[in-house]
Amino acid sequence: MATTDIIRIENLVKTYRMGDVDVHALNGVDLTIEKGSYVAIMGASGSGKSTMLNILGCLDRPTSGKYYLGGEDVSTMDDDALSAFRGRQLGFVFQSYNLIQQLTVIENIFVPLFYQGQDLSERNEHCGKLAKLVGLEDRLDHRPKQLSGGQQQRVAIARSLVNDPLLILADEPTGNLDSKTGIEILDLFDRLNAEGKTLVLVTHGDEVAERAQRVVRMRDGKIESDVRKRAPVRAGQESDIQTTA
Amino acid sequence: MRLRTLIRIVQLGIKSLLLHKMRSGLTMLGIIFGVCSVIAMLAIGEGASYEAQEAIKKLGSSNIILRSVSPPAEKSAGAATQDYVNDYGLLYLDANSIRETIPGVQWVVPMRIIRQEVRFNTMVFPVQVIGTHPLYPVVSSLRTSAGRFLTYMDERNRNNVCVLTTSLAENLFPYQDPLEETVVMDGESFRVVGLVQETGLEKQRPQSGDSEGKTIDANVYVPLATAKARFGETIVSRSAGSYQAEKVELHQITVQFESPEAVEIAVPQIKTLLAKNHTKPDYEVIVPLELLQQAEQTKRIFNIVLGSIAAISLVVGGIGIMNIMLATVTERTREIGIRRALGAKKQDIITQFLVETVVLSVGGGLIGVFAGVVIPIIVSALADMKTIVTPISVIIAFGISGAVGVVFGIYPASKAADLDPIEALRHE
Ligand SMILES: Nc1ncnc2c1ncn2[C@@H]1O[C@H](COP(=O)(O)OP(=O)(O)O)[C@@H](O)[C@H]1O
Ligand SMILES: [Mg+2]
Repeated sequence: MATTDIIRIENLVKTYRMGDVDVHALNGVDLTIEKGSYVAIMGASGSGKSTMLNILGCLDRPTSGKYYLGGEDVSTMDDDALSAFRGRQLGFVFQSYNLIQQLTVIENIFVPLFYQGQDLSERNEHCGKLAKLVGLEDRLDHRPKQLSGGQQQRVAIARSLVNDPLLILADEPTGNLDSKTGIEILDLFDRLNAEGKTLVLVTHGDEVAERAQRVVRMRDGKIESDVRKRAPVRAGQESDIQTTA
Repeated sequence: MRLRTLIRIVQLGIKSLLLHKMRSGLTMLGIIFGVCSVIAMLAIGEGASYEAQEAIKKLGSSNIILRSVSPPAEKSAGAATQDYVNDYGLLYLDANSIRETIPGVQWVVPMRIIRQEVRFNTMVFPVQVIGTHPLYPVVSSLRTSAGRFLTYMDERNRNNVCVLTTSLAENLFPYQDPLEETVVMDGESFRVVGLVQETGLEKQRPQSGDSEGKTIDANVYVPLATAKARFGETIVSRSAGSYQAEKVELHQITVQFESPEAVEIAVPQIKTLLAKNHTKPDYEVIVPLELLQQAEQTKRIFNIVLGSIAAISLVVGGIGIMNIMLATVTERTREIGIRRALGAKKQDIITQFLVETVVLSVGGGLIGVFAGVVIPIIVSALADMKTIVTPISVIIAFGISGAVGVVFGIYPASKAADLDPIEALRHE
């Protein structure tokens, strides 16, 4: 099983110092996520979900503890190495889409490859395919402003796939969308997971939790519960094993 | 970094700048004015100093030119007394002692200048008769364009021969070859043996022998001895009903040296010598080399002043750019966060914003170069002023505008790169 673990976290601590007080945003978290998982991280506001996701996404470094991503110890990497790692191995989907306004749809999808020194003219076909996957093949030259929220989030999802990442991280991806569009986006995530993509979503909504293969609930910087509803995709069998942390 | 990547970053920078055309344009203005003023002002200055230097060079940088000057005190005395003969000026003695005692002297060419009228058939022109030596063309910028110049034989025999400036010859002989024709001056006949022309300039310039600084291109050259024999030493002119008589041995002595270095050593020696021969200040010493050095010094000072003004305006322009870029970084904090999350290293962010700043400043530089090249052309056309746009001024101005972009872009760019990706992503 260890070889299919994409994420392994050991006794992770993140402490923010606010004046004289230490805020333990994460207070000793252990977690492993296997390839093909679809994990929903839930919990009350301030429970440490975003902090967790930022560390998983190599945007932030833990105060202490170990974090192995794809077998590499990322808790000790420097800024440049982390940047390169994000560009090569991770895909991000944000609540507020976070597209670059002056770029077109296809250019936005291409951005992660740009920072790997690739050329859009050589990857045009690849980026176009992803646009097609999210249903935006006839909007390639549009700018984000000309798209609806749902369409923008589809661009963001295509962008998160462009570098064929180990892991896609999404922080409340449906938070800014109406429920109908939100469902369309979640359907898209289902499809990605069915094709073997590993997803970690932070969410408030129960509809997300229903779709996820595994639900991790957080409270005060710790994992309160960790429910696996079925085995990860490609792991073989489907089961309803429940474990409590 | 690959060239294509750089091109892509530049394209991206232009795209970002075009999102705010008005702001980008205004930001570039400082650089545009700076670069334009450097090039245009240098071109105008260069043109002016070129003309001055050409005029001085024509006098010869290995020459010292001595001229007779009517002393002011004598002049008023002469006006008061009707029959007074104003006796002043350079002497044959001066010419001889310079030739014999000053080291480094190559040629000493004396000259007399007499106002006369020249007549051919029915045509009459007022001219300047210049009595001089055969070597005069050697020490001046005169060139023989037809026939020959005066010879030692002419001088020894006091031949009634003359050499005309081409413009005079064209007027006097509109239909025939002037050579071997005979012209009449003061009742004396002179045979035309040659034509001369000022070199280096399309337009006729005031001849160096003009002691009154007037533009006269109608000159008649005759042997010095002939001039002395035919026209005498005393020149009487009638003006406003009263006679004025002047007795001047030589109006000008041109002393040519082996080299410009010899000129520098000889100047004080010649001054001492002349002071011994003359009791009153009835001569002037013109050293073209010194004039040239002064002109160069003036130009240098002009360039320094100009350079300082230009540097200040470029720095002001640079500060303007930095100011806007700092605002841009704040405004695009979110974009920076997105790029960082998607794999951009700090260096990538620095490059992006630095390129944007350089695009602004170099864009301004290009427009400035264009304006700086066009404005002198317009000035030349409107003001009849010579202007010279030197390639070096264009290169310097353009180079500085690029450097300004880098220098004033680094701070905003590194501020952008140092933003925390998480904070940047959260920025509204
Ligand atoms: N940059 C920060 N500085 C100080 N405290 C922070 C910072 N980020 C998060 N925290 C604190 O850490 C805790 C967890 O925050 P967060 O991970 O954002 O929770 P969630 O996303 O679950 O709402 C909160 O108490 C929050 O105030
Ligand atoms: Mg949060």
